[in-house]
Parts: sequence; structure tokens; C-alpha cells
Amino acid sequence: MARNRNVGIIGIGQTKHSSHREDVNQPEMIHEAVRQALDDAGMTIDDVDCIVHGNMELFEMVFQPDMWHVIGDGSYGKPLLRLTTGGTTGATLVCAADNLVASGLHDVVLAIGFEKLQEGHTTGGITNMADPLWGRELQTGALTGMTADAVIEEFGEERAKNAAMKHRVIMDKHAMRNPNAHRRFNFSEEMIPAMVENVPPLVGELRIVHMCSQSDGACAMIFANEEITKARCDNPAWMVDHITVHREETFNLFGNVEEATTMRYAAEKLFGRNGITNPVEQIDVFEMYDPSSWWGLDWMREFLLLEGDEHLKMVENDEIDIDGKLPINPSGGVVATNPIGATAMLRAAEAAMQIRGMAGDHQVPKPVNLALASGFGGTLWTVLMLLSKNPPQLKEA
Amino acid sequence: MARRAAIVAVAQTSFERDKWYQRMQGMAWEVVKPMIDSTGLDFSEERGIGQVVTTSDDIFDARTISDNAMTDVIGAHYRCEEKVSQDGAQAVYYALASVLSGHQDLVMVVGHCKESQAKSRNMVTHLVFDPFFTRPVGLDHLAAEGIQARAYMDASGVSAEQLAQLVVRSRKNAQLNPSIKDLPEVNVEQVLQSPMLADPIRELMTYPVSDGAIGLIIAAEERVPEITDKPVWISGVGNCMDSFFLGERDLVGCFQLGKAAQKAYSMAGVSDPLSQVDLFEISDRHAYMLPQWAEGLGLCPQGAAAWLAAGGPDALNVNLSGGLLAGQPMILGGLARVAECTLQLRGEAGQRQVADAKRAVAHGITGPAGQMQTVVVLEG
Repeated sequence: MARNRNVGIIGIGQTKHSSHREDVNQPEMIHEAVRQALDDAGMTIDDVDCIVHGNMELFEMVFQPDMWHVIGDGSYGKPLLRLTTGGTTGATLVCAADNLVASGLHDVVLAIGFEKLQEGHTTGGITNMADPLWGRELQTGALTGMTADAVIEEFGEERAKNAAMKHRVIMDKHAMRNPNAHRRFNFSEEMIPAMVENVPPLVGELRIVHMCSQSDGACAMIFANEEITKARCDNPAWMVDHITVHREETFNLFGNVEEATTMRYAAEKLFGRNGITNPVEQIDVFEMYDPSSWWGLDWMREFLLLEGDEHLKMVENDEIDIDGKLPINPSGGVVATNPIGATAMLRAAEAAMQIRGMAGDHQVPKPVNLALASGFGGTLWTVLMLLSKNPPQLKEA
Repeated sequence: MARRAAIVAVAQTSFERDKWYQRMQGMAWEVVKPMIDSTGLDFSEERGIGQVVTTSDDIFDARTISDNAMTDVIGAHYRCEEKVSQDGAQAVYYALASVLSGHQDLVMVVGHCKESQAKSRNMVTHLVFDPFFTRPVGLDHLAAEGIQARAYMDASGVSAEQLAQLVVRSRKNAQLNPSIKDLPEVNVEQVLQSPMLADPIRELMTYPVSDGAIGLIIAAEERVPEITDKPVWISGVGNCMDSFFLGERDLVGCFQLGKAAQKAYSMAGVSDPLSQVDLFEISDRHAYMLPQWAEGLGLCPQGAAAWLAAGGPDALNVNLSGGLLAGQPMILGGLARVAECTLQLRGEAGQRQVADAKRAVAHGITGPAGQMQTVVVLEG
């Protein structure tokens, strides 16, 4: 992708995530993340010249919440843009901040994603996404059991169920290292056989611990042009590229249309134009938007351009562990923490934290030069972002 | 700036009180199809439209992630779509950033809204207020703007009769704008006798409930010659947020609009809008907003009451389309202004055409009492 200016990430903040942040209201919660991001960047709000903001309005039933949130996000007297694309919102905000700085219209952009899911009805809200005439009667919110069925059919019941549950246990081990994570169960591998049998199912083999949480939380990131990034930050992360791939609303219910997943499609394009021929070797850490462990497991094959059962083997052989060959979600991922409008931004923020060496107890124990982060939303939409330790070679349009 | 960007296509539906016969997807297709037909552009990966910026609002659409329903008709299957949930002028701002960044060469903007779907617009705009302090007292856009209108009239000396005359003028102008449907002309007496909605705003002093859609295509400079010989360059943009609680705001002043305008004007090299701009399209959600925002845009340094009395809006070609008062969905107010300026600068404004129009200013507002404002400078 051509870019007219390089864009660095120099400030990151996130709240403690939980099912009930009853100690704060929405602008106060956002303010926590903004304060941290400014402190991290060594800036005050006066240094910020544009703000991007996003979440899902129908979840909290606040119309254009950026109006109220001005009292917590620091946008008074400044330009602000509000973008919403469902689950991908946080990633869309990262892309937008990159675009706004790269455009030259702004030099320092503060991006804010948040959700306070306790203040609304999430599954009711998501069900309301479906077409009122064609799809709403069939909707189960975000609870989709179809992937579990497909993985079981392909790899057999025992192997598939064990791999999905092992994925979940690895994510929990990572979440135990992340003090901001919402759900931290302290699962161990010995528990897997009992969990496969006994955890209550939601839809088919999608069981309650497989599924992501409903969380309250916010994430803020500060993006700056190359000059400011180099002057103010010793350890920035850089935006290399991003791609957004949507697909039509109707699920391929009868399986009669041959189509690529948006995950594989996005990965092939993004890797192709950035010289990545062997993602598992070249990428040092992957923060993936895994709404459930079945999707997390299944999408590894798509994102990393794997074939056959290579993705299952990576889980079975502990290669996605924090100290494995390609650590996935050292933060604990979305199955641990899911404040929806912030979730996809947290992927980019955590990837940037790994590059910057500031992930604390969940820092990957090897050099991180190239990181991948994904967003998921809508009807299997993908946003894929590539971040690096060194600024990319500029390619003018 | 490394490159320039221009609007190379524009389309809009008619604006009506209730498009009961059409879903939002149908309205969008009605603007997408003529744009791709007239430009010959497609959505191919190499040379096609690489990004679509939609503008709409989930609560007006009564659908979570309502852009999810639009993927097919806007050509975003396996492509990039991003939704700006604010006034449509903000979508133009973002599309411009995408092109200037170098990431995109062709961006399509599609805004749509069916205000008729809500039982009352006030039910939607009530929800903009925070649930603790301002929602419990029953505020909505209209109530907040009634407070602003009263304060503004007291401070500026603009009279109810002057506002009524602006309504009469808007509806007269709208008769020459074929996109405005079913909006009869009225006289001053009818306006002043129409029901009081939120003192001093009367029913005919506010924009009617409206359904419709608007589309634009924005192209990088190097792609323009192959698409059109009538490009409209986006030469300046600015937007600015005011504070939230009405008691904290100067409801009479135009702090936020002044900042937004200053930024857009200076980017476009405009030092004197009175002499350097050929027409203005202002988002007058209610009649009082036309003089108030005209002050903020620097159009009436001698004060709005005198400016109105002297025929200022006609002298400066303000809202020859009828303005937002003639009825577009609120969230498309600024996008409709950009579309109208584009038609004028392309010489396609029919009977309301300003002769030899070279430069235009479009203005959009988001939030209660114009909390956030956007200014776009366009050049033919």
C-alpha cells in the first residue's frame, strides 16, 4: 500500500476490563484510557490535534455518544471523527488514525474505542443486526455453533473438541499474566478432558467458556507523524499496512457458494503487498480477534495461510503459547476480554505493546519486529493490520 | 500536501417525507448506480473504487451495525467499507484523508437515512443526552435548540418575523430544486401561526421529517482526467467540537464553527469569505440557525439582524437550494450541502445556478444545538 507519511504509535492506554465497571460512567471510563495514553506518550491533550471515537450505539442506547464523551476524551475545541463498523470498530479507528496522520491533515491523532456492555443488552443488540424481514428470526446474536460443527466434521469429534478446549486453556494461561484482562480462570491442561465433557453448551459444541465475554472497558492509542514519533518516543511501533475486507450480509447457509473467507482473503492481499511469504516464520506475534475458541482455532488456518491440520498441530504442540514459535494473543485475547468497541483496538494496542517491549508479565520472551493484529465484526468481516519495530519504506502514491 | 483530491461524481435521491415504498438499500442503490454508470468506474482491485465511506446512524436505522445491510448495494463485497456515524460532511472529511494518505485513489461516499421510520425524531435525539443529568429532564435536539434559539434571538435582535421570512425564502428556493418533493410554498403569516414546538421554534421553522440518500465519488488528482472534465476540488476542511452540557456552552456564540471555518478557510487560502466565495450552503436545521451560522462563517460582520434586513442571504448566494430547512435527513445535512455545492461548481444546478461559480463553502452540524461543526471549501 502506498503511504505519503509514516505513522508511529507512541501512546497506549487501556482500562482494567471487567463485567461491571460500576465505579465509572462512560466518559470517566474513557478518560482512564486517554490519561494513560497521554502519560505514555509524555503528552498533554494540547499536543493532540484530532480525535477518532467509536463503539456500537445500540448496545448502550446513547445516540452519537461522542457528544457526551467530549467531557472525558479531551476533544473540546478539536476535530473529532466518529467511525463505527461493528466488532471491527476498534480496528477501523486504528486504520482511520493511520489515514488521518498519513494524509498530512493531522500530526497527532488520539483514537478511542470503548464499550460498556453492562449498560445494554448485547445479544439483543446483535440480534437486531439481522435483516428484519429475512434473518432476524434465525439470529442467535453472536453465538454461532456452525464453526464447531465444521471443525468436528473435518477432524473428528475427539481431536476437534480437545484442540478447541486446549486453545481456550492457552488463552486463559495468557490472560493470567495480563492484569487488565477480564476473565482469568486459572485453567490447567489437566482440566481439558473434564471441561470438554462438562462445560455447559450454548449452541451445539460451542460451550460457555469457549465464548468471549461481555466486558466494560476502553482503549486509547496515540498516533503521530514520523518527526514527532522520533522526537518523542524511544520505542515506537510503526503502522506498516492495513486492509479491510467486508462480505455480504447473508451467510452462505446452504454451502452452495464457493468463496474464500475474508480472513484468508485479507491475509493473502496484505502479505502479498508486504513481502510476507511465510507468515509463521516472519511474524513474531499475532493478536487475533478470537470471538470464540472455535473461531480462534479455525481462523488460524486462514490468517496464517495454513493447510490441512497444520493449525491444529500448532495448538497441540504448544506453538501458539507465549514462548512458542508464533505466540497468539499473549494478552489472553478476546475470549478473555471483550469490550466490543475497544476489542479490535486492543489487538493493535497489544501488538504495539509487544513491539515496544512494554507488555510486562505477558511480554513475549523474544525480539518482536513484526506483529499482526486482526479485527472481526459484521458478518465475518476482517480488518488486518501489520505493525513493525522499524518504520516502513515510504511508497508515495 | 502530497496530492489533491476532487469530487468526480455526485448523485442524490429525491427527499420526501416518507419513502414508504423503498428500503434504505434501495435508496442507496438509487445513488450508487448513476455514479458508476456515469463514471464507468467499478470495484475492481487494481483500478476500481477501493473504499466506501457510508454515513448513517444505527438508532435512526433501528439496526445494530446498520452498514452491515449495505455491503451488497455499495459494492463492498470483499472490499473496504467504513461508516462515519456523524453528519455526512464528516464522511467527506474522512474520505479526503484516505485519498491524501496515499492509501486510496478512489473513495465513494454514500449517506442514507429514513427519518420516517421513527415514531418521532425526538425519541432518537433524546438519547444523545447523558442518562444521569440531562436525559431525565427530557431534553432532545428540539428542546435544546429551542433554548439556543431564544438566547440567540435575544442576543442578535433577529425577530420571529425575520425567521418566518427565511422559511418563506427557503421554500421559494426549494421550488427550483428538483430533489425536494412536496414542500409547498408558505407565507409569513402561516409560519408565525404554525404550532409552537419548542418556544420560539414553530413547526414551519424547523426542517421537515425527511428520507433520502446522497452519494459522491472522491478521486486522487492523477485519476481525475480519465473520469471527468468537471472536477470539484476539496481545497479546505475543518471541524471542531464544543462542550456537552448546555450550561457550559456559549449557545449564542460560534466558538466551534469559528475554529472549523478558520481551519478550512486557511487551508483553502481564503482570507475574506465575503469576496472570495461565490456561494454558501449552510445547515439550517431550524430557521434561526441560518443567521447564527452565517455569523460563525464570517458572513455578517455587521450583525445578523441588519444583514437579514439588507437581504444578505440573497446577496451572498446562501442556501439557494432551500437549505436543510427544505428537508433532508438531519444526518445528511452537511453531505447535502456538499452535493449542492458540487452541482453548482459543475454548472449543473439548473434554474438556481449561480453564474460563473468558482468557489463554494458547505457546512454541516452534528449534535444538539450545533455542538460539532464541519466546514468544507470546494472549488470548480
